[in-house]
Amino acid sequence: MTATPVRRTAVAWLFLTPFMVVFLLYTAIPTVAALGFSLTDLRGTDLRHPFAVDFTGVENYLRLFQDETFLRDILNTALFVAVGVPLTMGIGFALALTLNSGVRRLRSLFRTVFFAPVVTNVVAVALIWQYAFNAGGTVNKALGAVGFAGPNWLDDPNLAMPVVILLGVWRNFGTAMVLFLAGLQAIPRDVYEAAALDGAGRWRQLRHITLPLLLPTTLMVSVLLTVFYLQVFDEPYLLTDGGPLGSTESVALYTYHQFGAGEFGMSSAASFVMLVLVTLVSLVQFRLLRPRA
Amino acid sequence: MTALAASLEDADMTAPAPSISLRRRSFARPLLYGALVLCALLTMLPFVWVAGGSLRSLAEIRSDPGAWLPHHVTLDNFVRLFRTEGFARFLTNSVVVATLVVIGNIVAASAAGYALAKFDFAGRRIAFGAVMAAMMVPFTAVFVPQFVLTVDMGLADTLAGIALPAVAMPMSVFIMRQYAMSIPDDLLEAARIDGAGEFRIFFRIFLPLAGPAVATITIMSFLASWNNFIWPLIVAQSTSTYTLPVGLAATSQAAAHVTDYGLMLAGAIVVMLPVLALFLLLQRYFVQGIAGTGMR
Repeated sequence: MTATPVRRTAVAWLFLTPFMVVFLLYTAIPTVAALGFSLTDLRGTDLRHPFAVDFTGVENYLRLFQDETFLRDILNTALFVAVGVPLTMGIGFALALTLNSGVRRLRSLFRTVFFAPVVTNVVAVALIWQYAFNAGGTVNKALGAVGFAGPNWLDDPNLAMPVVILLGVWRNFGTAMVLFLAGLQAIPRDVYEAAALDGAGRWRQLRHITLPLLLPTTLMVSVLLTVFYLQVFDEPYLLTDGGPLGSTESVALYTYHQFGAGEFGMSSAASFVMLVLVTLVSLVQFRLLRPRA
Repeated sequence: MTALAASLEDADMTAPAPSISLRRRSFARPLLYGALVLCALLTMLPFVWVAGGSLRSLAEIRSDPGAWLPHHVTLDNFVRLFRTEGFARFLTNSVVVATLVVIGNIVAASAAGYALAKFDFAGRRIAFGAVMAAMMVPFTAVFVPQFVLTVDMGLADTLAGIALPAVAMPMSVFIMRQYAMSIPDDLLEAARIDGAGEFRIFFRIFLPLAGPAVATITIMSFLASWNNFIWPLIVAQSTSTYTLPVGLAATSQAAAHVTDYGLMLAGAIVVMLPVLALFLLLQRYFVQGIAGTGMR
């Protein structure tokens, strides 16, 4: 690269200034600060005297991993990821494959319908969910019509999580579908034609062409959803606020509850554990995707 | 990644030959459509619940909370909603915040995206790395310092404090950069030879050409702002700065004892309607944004 004129560099950075100011203020500095906070006993009441807090080293982290609530929340979050990711991907993939293979007419209508949950407001949807899964709600009424007595879904520690996960899956399978659809349509059509000439049937085409060629998309979607479900907050907060008996409290909700209790140090430590997890998953994504990109 | 979006676009317009042919099997097609219609109905169920519920009278909801459709259609819930204290304020706040966020995104992202695509300058890799990194830092990892900062700047409990972090969404910069790369350098070079300054070129040549990218950014940032929940929940401390989602959540929690579902469902409709209407009109851009960036 030849030496870049100073003037052009200055102009370029001038163009970048508005974005960079916000980036520094709200992403770069807070990331460093979160690590700093997590090593102190900062509380909400200390905000007026930020230099009065004590440096406590890794104490918050030690407390965190001895806190049964936090460990339970890690398990809850893992459950959310373990059930939510395959379910969301499975539905999204099945719909994308169906829309891509046979359905020409109405394809864009179906796509619109399946994508609509993605753009709807989560607070609004959570209210609808509460209305529907209430003891006397719409779901139980439908169950009653076929002879089942429906439970009080969101008050039952064993049933609340499935309902919360269902909301997450309903909101996200449209994203998975759109990404899979994009991946499917990037596969050249003549590959299939050649395979068909060689006598390969639908299943063999799916197994030997579609699935292998779709691998990068599949990886991207799975990592995207994993990172997203790792941070799950809206659904459990709005439906149950982590209850009943903490059965739906996620790690993100833990950081929020610690924050609400004024425990800024503990909250930052928990959120830093989250940052490390998310970064690890993102790094794995880049490692896996780079050879193809 | 934009190749994905492009292929998605093409596919809709050209109606390609099915990659896995089902034409020979006469029974497969009705089955396929049947399954899709069933899935579509299941997906739409919550919308039916909310529409049906919001049009029922309070008395009807009390006597039979779980019914699907109203016996007597009434707009009473919406009338009561707009008379509810604070509701008009929440709505105004949401509109103000969304407007600030959209304007901020257009300004910051078009300038940054243009610079990243069209300038060869010292620190370009670092700048682009910052954009990508900003996309990946989870909100839950940084909200405590963000809140402390907002308090320090005197922006706690203000609409500006709610809007500020979102005025520079990295995804907007990314979309703008991808678009700027598709604009030929010759065009800008010709203007430069004619003696136009850099800012003149940006405003007079690049921005008028960037219409589709600006439209995408407008929609994506409006959507993000309108639906944002956690950050306004943290920053807004008094009802005077609540945005619509925060106000709705607070109202529903306060109303949990009296269970005024009619009011809540009407509120849900009002929150969802602008976005759903916008989405139906411009769904191509939404889908493009998602498929193009791989972001939520």
